[in-house]
Amino acid sequence: MNKAVCLKVAGLSKRFGGLAANSDIDFFVEEGEIISIIGPNGAGKSTLFNCITGFYKPDSGKVSFFGRDITRMRPDKVCSLGIARTFQIVEVISEMTVLENVTTGALLHYRRIKPAMEKAGEILTFTGLYEKRDFLGTELTIADKKRLEVSMALATQPRLLMLDESMAGLNKVELREIIDLIRKIRNEGMTLIIVEHVMEAVMQISDRIVVLNSGRKIMEGTPKEVCADREVIQAYLGEKYCAVFE
Amino acid sequence: MRNFTMRQIIAGVAILLMLIVLPLVVTEAFNIHVMILVFMFAMLGVAWNIMGGYAGLFSFGQAAFFGIGAYTSSYLSISHGVNPWIGLVAGGCAAALVAAAIGYPCSNLRGHYFAIASIAFAEIVRIVFNNWQLVGAAEGLSLPMQDESFANFLFNSSKLPYYYIMLAFLLISLAVCYVIATSKMGYYFRAIKESHKIAEVLGVNVVLYRLMAIMISAFLSAMAGTFYAQYILYIDPGSVMLLATSIQIVLISMLGGAGSILGPVVGAAILIPASEYTRVALGYQGTGVDMLIYGLLITLISMYYPEGVWKLFARIGRKLQ
Repeated sequence: MNKAVCLKVAGLSKRFGGLAANSDIDFFVEEGEIISIIGPNGAGKSTLFNCITGFYKPDSGKVSFFGRDITRMRPDKVCSLGIARTFQIVEVISEMTVLENVTTGALLHYRRIKPAMEKAGEILTFTGLYEKRDFLGTELTIADKKRLEVSMALATQPRLLMLDESMAGLNKVELREIIDLIRKIRNEGMTLIIVEHVMEAVMQISDRIVVLNSGRKIMEGTPKEVCADREVIQAYLGEKYCAVFE
Repeated sequence: MRNFTMRQIIAGVAILLMLIVLPLVVTEAFNIHVMILVFMFAMLGVAWNIMGGYAGLFSFGQAAFFGIGAYTSSYLSISHGVNPWIGLVAGGCAAALVAAAIGYPCSNLRGHYFAIASIAFAEIVRIVFNNWQLVGAAEGLSLPMQDESFANFLFNSSKLPYYYIMLAFLLISLAVCYVIATSKMGYYFRAIKESHKIAEVLGVNVVLYRLMAIMISAFLSAMAGTFYAQYILYIDPGSVMLLATSIQIVLISMLGGAGSILGPVVGAAILIPASEYTRVALGYQGTGVDMLIYGLLITLISMYYPEGVWKLFARIGRKLQ
């Protein structure tokens, strides 16, 4: 099966003063895949997200999206081309209701409020937040806020969805729900890149995993391959998560 | 955005009719003057609210736009004989252009930093006009007497036409604010108010939408400026470009209720009469008692209704329904 390359990152580097947050990172994502980016704190995962989505300008390297060069493009341009993302620290519009929040995202493709709001309603039904549509952004639990953030991202109707630690701080039940939601989104044909520390989830849902350490890519492969790699285990994983594959 | 209910429409029409009839009943010139000031500051508040209340751009420099409007129409009228109604539009455009020129380099400034920049900007504008011989420098500009007519935007025998014109201006600015609040622009402004990050990630061109907020606000403020010039017939930097005026505009909007369409109108309706009548009743003593009372009122409102008096009105309105 020959799938289109959705995102291609080539030789990407980003320095902050003397610190090389990302150095010479290469990877690609095919359409319909779920790619996870893992690594210890400070490995450069969020920097990589920010470089891809335009929040940081990389020092060198190239990012292309379906063949189009998007390196150093403004974040809102990147979004309008079809890359949506969430943030490690949840961002919602606190003075707006859930429905209005999602409507704001949907307005990227609509000029008028009414159709955007209808679209937002559909998305909230899909993500399971429709019952809470009249709550204010601030009145939600962390789990629901994260779900809202994903809904807002989906409302921009992306071709690639990038989730930055959507599972951090959730309990077992909430974790189950968010994993189900991610699967549901993928089944709709979405391509996903996920930054995540919750290894059980990463191992379950990823097609491939990119492992970063100290700003460099140290390994890339299927969950099984990653788990078999001594370097990855030493750098980050520890033994226990790989037990499932033995 | 929900549509208006029948009750709201009836209430709105009733208030409007009352305001139209009011100056025919209460005919004393000073009372009409106070009402005109209420409308004018309400309009300035509505203009501030578009950028401050919706888009989160806390401007403490609105007097600069007000002054630019007043100066543009007056200068054009005095030196080139341009009709003040054309001057009105020219003043709005001039203010919007200046707003864009200062707003663009300030695109990354938020919150306190934007507020500080806006004060600096307005003070620079005031000092420039204070020294600019072409527009009369510190002496200001006096508009020549002409025949009174609507076309000349000039009335000597009665304040009534000014009252109705200012009321119409206020209604126009409210309509502009309503259209913005219930459209894509209003949603995007509110996203920008939350954070640039969230607006950008939802595909909002933050620089562009901020400029639109500032320019629309400047245009409306300048309209009020032209009105003031045609009403008082004398302007100087010390009367139309004061920091105190800028602060009063922010106070009116914040205490009335920033981010709601009618909030600034409520704010103006409370604060302007309070300031004017206490000044008339007590100001002549030179003891500052009037300012004390005015200050006390502001303190009480900000203690008990920090989100604005409008919240209280909205609550009463909901109970009536």
